[in-house]
Order: sequence, then structure tokens, then C-alpha cells
Amino acid sequence: MSESMNTKLEDRREFLKTGAVVAGVTLGPGVLLYSVAHSRAPEEGASGKQRWGMLIDTTKCGDGCNDCVTACNTENGLSGHTGPQDSQWIRKVDIRDLRTGYVQSLPMMCQHCENAPCVDVCPTGASMKRADGIVLVDRHSCIGCRYCMMACPYKARSFVHEPLTDQNPEVPRGKGCVESCTFCVQRVDRGESPACVEACEAKGHKAMIFGDLKDPESEVSKALKSTDSVEVRADLALNTGVRYQGI
Amino acid sequence: MAQQLCINQGTCRTGQFIALLALGGLVVLGAMYAFFTLEHHGHILTGMNNQIVWGLPHVFAVFLIVAASGALNVASIGSVFGKQVYKSRAPLSGMLALALLAGGLAVLVLDLGRPDRLIVAMTHYNFHSIFAWNMIFYNGFFVIVGLYLVTLMDRRLKGWTKPLGYTAFFWRLSLTTATGSIFGFLVARAGYNSALMAPMFVIMSFAYGLAVFMVVQSSMYRWNGMILDEGVRRRMKNLLAVFVGASLYFTIVFHLTNLYFAKQWEFERFILLDGGIYTTVFWVGQVILGGIVPLILLYLPRSQDAQKMCFCFLAPLLVILGGVAQMYVTIVGGQAFPLVMFPGHEVQSSFYDGVVHAYNPSIYEWLLGMGGVGVTFVLTVVAVRVFKFMPQDDFKTLQSRRGTD
Amino acid sequence: MAKLAGYLRAGLRPGLRFIVFLGASALLAVPSFEAAAGVNLPKLEKGKGEKCVEDTATMRRNHMDLLKHHRDDTLRRGIRTTQHSLKGCVECHAGSKTGSVASSKEDFCVACHLYTGAKPDCWDCHATKPGKRPVNQAAQPTASPLMPSHGGSQ
Repeated sequence: MSESMNTKLEDRREFLKTGAVVAGVTLGPGVLLYSVAHSRAPEEGASGKQRWGMLIDTTKCGDGCNDCVTACNTENGLSGHTGPQDSQWIRKVDIRDLRTGYVQSLPMMCQHCENAPCVDVCPTGASMKRADGIVLVDRHSCIGCRYCMMACPYKARSFVHEPLTDQNPEVPRGKGCVESCTFCVQRVDRGESPACVEACEAKGHKAMIFGDLKDPESEVSKALKSTDSVEVRADLALNTGVRYQGI
Repeated sequence: MAQQLCINQGTCRTGQFIALLALGGLVVLGAMYAFFTLEHHGHILTGMNNQIVWGLPHVFAVFLIVAASGALNVASIGSVFGKQVYKSRAPLSGMLALALLAGGLAVLVLDLGRPDRLIVAMTHYNFHSIFAWNMIFYNGFFVIVGLYLVTLMDRRLKGWTKPLGYTAFFWRLSLTTATGSIFGFLVARAGYNSALMAPMFVIMSFAYGLAVFMVVQSSMYRWNGMILDEGVRRRMKNLLAVFVGASLYFTIVFHLTNLYFAKQWEFERFILLDGGIYTTVFWVGQVILGGIVPLILLYLPRSQDAQKMCFCFLAPLLVILGGVAQMYVTIVGGQAFPLVMFPGHEVQSSFYDGVVHAYNPSIYEWLLGMGGVGVTFVLTVVAVRVFKFMPQDDFKTLQSRRGTD
Repeated sequence: MAKLAGYLRAGLRPGLRFIVFLGASALLAVPSFEAAAGVNLPKLEKGKGEKCVEDTATMRRNHMDLLKHHRDDTLRRGIRTTQHSLKGCVECHAGSKTGSVASSKEDFCVACHLYTGAKPDCWDCHATKPGKRPVNQAAQPTASPLMPSHGGSQ
């Protein structure tokens, strides 16, 4: 456990205080409320008072729908090719219960674990977790050893096998480094939600809810509180930031 | 001048020496070619992909690294356990350990996605990472074994041999434990995730290292037209047999544990029964050619002719072959088996979830992997020529001690 | 040991001599190209805007440190200020012909780095052309209707 109960309590207290202030200010239009809660000044940086996470409802996830994958590819400048050496940050996985034959479809990507194996095993510390729980690869110190790919239980990571050009300016990526879903950190830092979530919502499936797990008032926290959700490979006790409902 | 340099050799055979050097150099050159090609084009040219992320280069690299620590065993038996026969072989053993480690590390580094950032790897350590600890162990191994070698070769420093020998012994045990743990700590994958990985690697390192030592020693004696003392040979072949037997034992226990304790039935079924190439390499390469056949060869009674007393070249050569096979099954086989994310479910995706991953190594991987062997080979060939690594047996003491050792 | 060292020395001496010879000729050869060509300062296109984020002398000497500091702040701590961001460099200094800072030898970054013999690896991963998206805009209150709602506000 990287957090003691005390800090959690303190966070809670801190939150209640700010919450009270926010509530006082925002009896007016709701838009103001979330802009206060979610956007932060550029110089502020990621904070441990937040933890970004996601709830994926597999019952709402469209069978054959690939919009989250396409949106991710566009946002992050991935080719969209699916050869064995191509990068895939998010993928649709179809699962069939061997006993009952029940078929489901769900998106799988970096689960942004609290106790991430990739962060533990990285020899140089390139694989890292931001204060707000987003797991990233620091390409400036990644040596391309691929041990994180061996360690990830979700096969969430890809290795860039060839030189790249024309990257999205906000998403640098290049040959010889390992990469994976960033929760669209460039968007999250602007106060937007990840591209996949946006696409899923635009399609009308609303199978993915993104938000701050430490904010009890966020949509994702409320949804998590009211429904039964699971971690994939819960046996590994990684406390994933992405949880699934319906499997 | 060349005459001066081939010390402790009956005839110099400079021509053949240069031929050997050229052969090794060519292999190293091949690895350099592969390295620069991959550095330019990326790993797209290899058979490695996002499913099989560690391939043939790692098979060779890990084998060489494990054999390196095992090769030091001969010296340890001499310095730590005080056996005279092994003491006189300590310099050769230490030198081989360094050459093997250099070869293994070379492959590991040349295969990195960003080899240009090696300096980052050497200056930024994440101490949670067993991989980072390995780097410390590797670097320390060079220093400790290097110093140990110096004390072995300079009589004035003889007093330091024992403490450094002990340090080197414990260091090499830690190193192999750490190397095994690289795999043992991979909790996510059915093929790894086992506390048995570390001790199994230690035992296997004993076998692989001694096997390499015996092959090199036999070659040196033959090169010089000398015959290794019968007693020495008997002792070493028995030791190798014990190590090979112990490796087989650990292999059995490892798989039984998976079957009965860790409930990795599906993975075991894959490796032992229907994993195609991996099943074949496991049974034919690791178990039969690398285990059972050498055991038979080592214990087979042969003619009393001293020259042919045992298969002291063939048997260790097979052990080496089996070792590479074992690494292939462990490293590539462990990844080829799909990750189990949803137990009890059939899984399908664009990212090859739920399917056994294919691996077809390209020429570049072979070049890189063999390059490591080449580096070891060149270093060894040069070292045994310019330094006094030929074991110097004092046969009188040997005779008198034969009963006691 | 002394004997051994003797052997070694005997073996290394011709080799060493050769290496020294190689090194010396390399040292002599490389500058001579430059000398023949004369010192041509790179011709740099003027960047957009009135002035750079720091004065020219500071930028010339310290831009790499500023960038390095900023990169760690942004990546590891999520600080998204723009003053010393590489994206900022690209936005102002992309060449008018190529639209890039590093596509041709005349482009801003390449021209100067060629002159100084520096080989940064920024462009292995970073885009050399400005993006279409506005640089680091803090979320507007109406940025996205898909934003996870907060409380009962939506």
C-alpha cells in the first residue's frame, strides 16, 4: 500500500473543505462547477488528490463497434495497423464463457494500476506513475529493454519497431521505446476526457465513464459505488484504475 | 614476437591461432552488422514483436550470463572449498567467467531499442527493479572476479585470494539468483511467476558453466597435444554428472509444482504435450540431449585407454546445447503461451490475445546471438594465448591427495 | 608478474602505435575540412513573434537545459506551462519552406546543430512541425459537453 490511511483521511478532509467552497461558489450554472473542479492552472501539475480512473460497462459495449480504438489511433497518431509488430494502445477483446457460451466484447488497454508491475520492473525508472495515477513511459530514459512488456498482465504495451515521422505534436513517440495508453494525458490535463471515452459517448453506447476516483461526487465514483465492478486479474492485487462491470 | 606471446604452449601454431581469431572476429563482425542495421531500421527486421518481446538474442544472452557465473564455480571449489585440483584451474575459470559475461552482456546491450542510452541505464537505477539489480551484479562481477584473477596470477597478492574468492562466490550466487528472478518475479505470466526460478537457475548455471569450462579445457589440452590427468578428468565428469542430474531434478520439480501447486495446467500442457516446437525443444533438446544423454555418456564405462576414458568433450557440449534449448523453452516458450486475463473464457482480439504466438527469428537475431558467443570465443582465444591460463597440475601432490579429495 | 607485463607490453606496443596513429590522423583530418570551407555561420530564419522566450544569448547557451527541465516537469509532474516547451520552439521556428524545424539542412534546429556538431535525438519522437491544435489551452468552461459531470451540475 503506497498510501497510509492517514493521508487518505487528510485528503478527504481537504476535499470536504474545498468542496464546501466550490459548492458555495457554484450555486449558479453547473458549467462553472466542473471547470473549477477539473481544469487546473498549467503550472499546477498533477496532484495526488486526484486519481484518474475508468469504469467500463461491458453490457453497453457494442459488439463489433471499434470506435474507441479508431479514436485512440487518431488522437495519438497510431497507424491503426494490426500486424504483430504494430502498436495498439487500446483493443477490443471478445470473450466467450467456455461453460455457458455467453459472449461479451470489451475494450482493453493500460489499466493504470496503483501497484503497476511495469513501474516496478523498469530498470531505469522510465516506466512511471504520475501523482494522479496515470502510468506513463518517459521516453527520455526508456532504453527499450521491453521488460515492462514481459511484466504487464494486460499486454497493454507496445514496442515501436520502426522509425516514425509526423507524430502528433502532443503525443511524441518513436522507434526503440515502449509505449502504451496514457489516458490521453494531454487531453486530461486540459480538462477533457480520453479520446476513447469521448468516442464511446458520441456513439451513444456510454460504456466508458472516466473521472476522478478520489472525488466521491464524480460520475465515475458514483457509478462505482452503486454497481458491482471488478478488476481484471484481481488476484494480482494491483488496484487498477480501470474497472469493469458486467464480467 | 608472436613466439613470445604464446606462452605455456608446446608449439605456437600462430597460423591456426590467427585462423581461430579470424573466425571469431567474423562472427562478431556479423553481430555488429546486425546491430547497426537494427539501429537504423528498428526491430521491424527481427522476428520479435509485441507478443514475443524477448527472442533469440535474449536466449543467447541469458545462457551466456548464467554460464558465466557457473564457470566461476571451478575457481570457487578451489578457493572456497580448498580443492587443489580446482585451485590450479581457478585462473582459467575466472577468465572464462569474465569472457562469458562480456559476451552475454554484449548481446543484451546490442538488442536494446535505444542502445545509445546505455549511459542512462548505467546512471539511473530503479531499485524496485530486479533488472536494475542485475546490472549492479553484472558490473560488480567484472570488478570482483577481475581482482580475484589478479590475486590468482600474482604471487605477492596470494593473501587476498581467499577473501576475494569468497566474495566472488557469494556474488555469483546472488547474480544467478537475480537472473533467475528476472523471470521468477513476472507474476503476470503462467510460464514464469515461480520461486523455483532462482534456485533452478543457480543449479543450471553450475552445469552450464562447468560444461563450458570442460569444453575449453579439453580444447586447450588437445591444442597442445597434452593429455589431462585421468584423476582430474574423472573428478570433473562426476561433478558435471551431479550438476546435470540436479538440473533435471529441478526441472521435474518445477513442472510438478506448476501442475499440482500453482494450477498452471494449461501452461504445463502447452510445454509438455502440445506446444509444437516448444514441446519438441523441451523434450528433445533440454531433457534428452541436454540431460539424459550426457548423463549416460558420463557414466558409460569406456575403454581403459586414458585418452578415451570419458566423453569429456562430447558430454559437456551436449549440456551446453541443452542449456540453450532450456533458455529457448523458458524465454520464448514462456511468452508464446498466451496471457490468461479471463480464466474460463475463450479470448479473441486484434492484438493476438488468446492465441499461441508465433516466433520466427530472422537472420539478425541469429547474428546478434551468435555474436555474443563470438565475443566470448575471441576473448578466450586471446586470453589463453597471452596469459598463463593453462592449468598447472602438481602431479605429485595430486597423487598423494587422490585418496583424500 | 613482471615477466607477464613484459609479454603484454611486447604484444601491445605495435598495436598501440597503430591506434595512436589512427587517432592522430583522425584529429588532423576532421578540422581540415572545416578550415577549407571557412567558418560559415548558419543562416537562420527569423522566428515568429517579436522576441524569443529568453534573450538570444541565453537561448543559444542554455536552451537544452531549459528544455530538459521543462520536459521533466511536464512529463513527470504534469506541469503544462508553455514558456520553455519544445512545442513552443517548433511553433515559432518552423521554416517557411518546409514548415518544419528539422526537415532540411536550412531548418532552424538542424542548421545550427549541424554547425555546432550537436546531435540531439528530440526528433526521433517529437513532431518537427507545429500541430493544428491550439497550444496548451486550459479547458474552457464549455470545452466539452462530454466531460464527466461533476456533482449534480449537468
